[in-house]
Amino acid sequence: MNYAALAIIFLAAALALALGLIARRGQQMTLEQWTVGGRGFGGLLVFLLTAGEIYTTFTFLGGSGWAYGKGAPAYYILVYGSLAYILSYWLLPPIWRYARQERVVSQPHYFARKYDSPMLGVLAAAVGMVALIPYLMLQFKGLGIIVSIASYGAISSRLAIWIGAAVVTTYVMVSGVRGSAWTSTVKDFLILAIAVFLGIYLPFHYYGGYGEMFRAIDAAKPGFLTLRASGEGSVLWFQSTALLAAVGFYMWPHAFGAALTARAERTFRRNAIILPLYQLILLFVFFCGFAAILQIPGLASVDQSLFRLSIATFNPWFVGVIGAAGVLTALVPGSMILIAASTLIANDIWRGLSPETSEDMVARAARGLVPVVALLAVGLALQDSQTIVALLLMGYGFVSQMFPALVGSLMRNNPVTKPGAFAGVIVGVATVAVFSLPKGTFVTLASLLPSGLADINVGFFALIVNVIVTGLVSLATRPAPVATIGRA
Amino acid sequence: MTWVKWLAVLPFLAMLVGTAFVNTVEPLVFGLPLVLAWLVIWVVLTAAIMALIFYSDPANDAAQDGDQGASR
Repeated sequence: MNYAALAIIFLAAALALALGLIARRGQQMTLEQWTVGGRGFGGLLVFLLTAGEIYTTFTFLGGSGWAYGKGAPAYYILVYGSLAYILSYWLLPPIWRYARQERVVSQPHYFARKYDSPMLGVLAAAVGMVALIPYLMLQFKGLGIIVSIASYGAISSRLAIWIGAAVVTTYVMVSGVRGSAWTSTVKDFLILAIAVFLGIYLPFHYYGGYGEMFRAIDAAKPGFLTLRASGEGSVLWFQSTALLAAVGFYMWPHAFGAALTARAERTFRRNAIILPLYQLILLFVFFCGFAAILQIPGLASVDQSLFRLSIATFNPWFVGVIGAAGVLTALVPGSMILIAASTLIANDIWRGLSPETSEDMVARAARGLVPVVALLAVGLALQDSQTIVALLLMGYGFVSQMFPALVGSLMRNNPVTKPGAFAGVIVGVATVAVFSLPKGTFVTLASLLPSGLADINVGFFALIVNVIVTGLVSLATRPAPVATIGRA
Repeated sequence: MTWVKWLAVLPFLAMLVGTAFVNTVEPLVFGLPLVLAWLVIWVVLTAAIMALIFYSDPANDAAQDGDQGASR
């Protein structure tokens, strides 16, 4: 029995907690301070925060897991971030400008102001919540996998999920978003170093090089390294999934929130240059998953592949370092998501429904809700058997449905009306929900569409329906031109 | 900035549409399957294109830089 790995992992978690406490000192914790850091973060911190929430357990375990279990379809993960950063160059500055002017602290808040409709804010918050829950589940799942495997089986994965959730919750309660930024710094260096090292070491150690590795995989599993002819992983699936995730990228309430922490809009434009390169870490993560295919074949849970291969390769203390990096990649985004989710309920749903609630009460409620949301996610994570990537794709399907209303709100003369935005979002979310239910519960997408289009991503299909409904309802409810004159 | 910003369309075309035409393993490029290498090259080109756009965009001139005068 070897506890070295576990000890290092817990040490990392304790260190993150300490950093959070230090970061909090001297800062008064108002809601604006807790959620958007008083809007005073410079380029580097915003960069780390935005980079930080992308490199989550999803990247580390989910990315390698899909490379291991599915092969080429995992490439979509490399694509959508780059496309999203291109969009961010034009998308984020006007949002940030408006948010600063109107003191907006969250994404639903933004929609409520822009459309002059508190109820649209409540709807946006509800959509955000529904999407964030699977995202939080997958962080806890990742933590569970890491802690349980690093304990060499001494801690069951169920117990490990509980431990992970407890750590994230404590962390958020003591530090808020400043803690995230600090730990993000440590975590980004660690994950960068670990992912690049593993992505180089494993292929060379086991195969003697990349070319040799890929030829061996191609020989053992023909067709695994290219997109499929049909079904999940086909070219159409890849295109629609990458595009859906690209437009959904900044629709996540926590990603939107991270954007609001910036001090200047130029920060986003500069980040649009650097962040695509940061995506290349994923390549090394894929290499880990690919290396595992022929070394530890037949894993029931593909998300374990990176960690199982590490255990088979390295001695326990280094497994501990890898585990520590993994724990931090769950802790930082997990804490951002928890903050976003509890702020959504307190500030956007509660205050949206009863506007006279005081700032102080909302701030207290937001912090009080943190353990409640965490418990909900733990409960669901313990029952769920989907892969990490499948969970996130479901979240993307939901959250992207806010995109048409956002694009409309950025235009000079918003073509989207209030009823149009409502109808589009509701129909879009309903479409995702119906087709995401277990097979046979309802109609499947494939039975509705011609065979050439059947592989389209469900969320993308819903987005098309959403745009059509938004457009038609907006046309029908368009106010007389006179009514809009005089409004900015 | 006028025409330069349209370069931002290229990564979308290359990574979404173009990928369909390079969907093979061989020839390996830098040891990677062709389709993966294609995507990696375009991630790097995306950064290059965004840099080009950034430096030709008058909105990023130092004079208008909001970095100064922020409340701290």
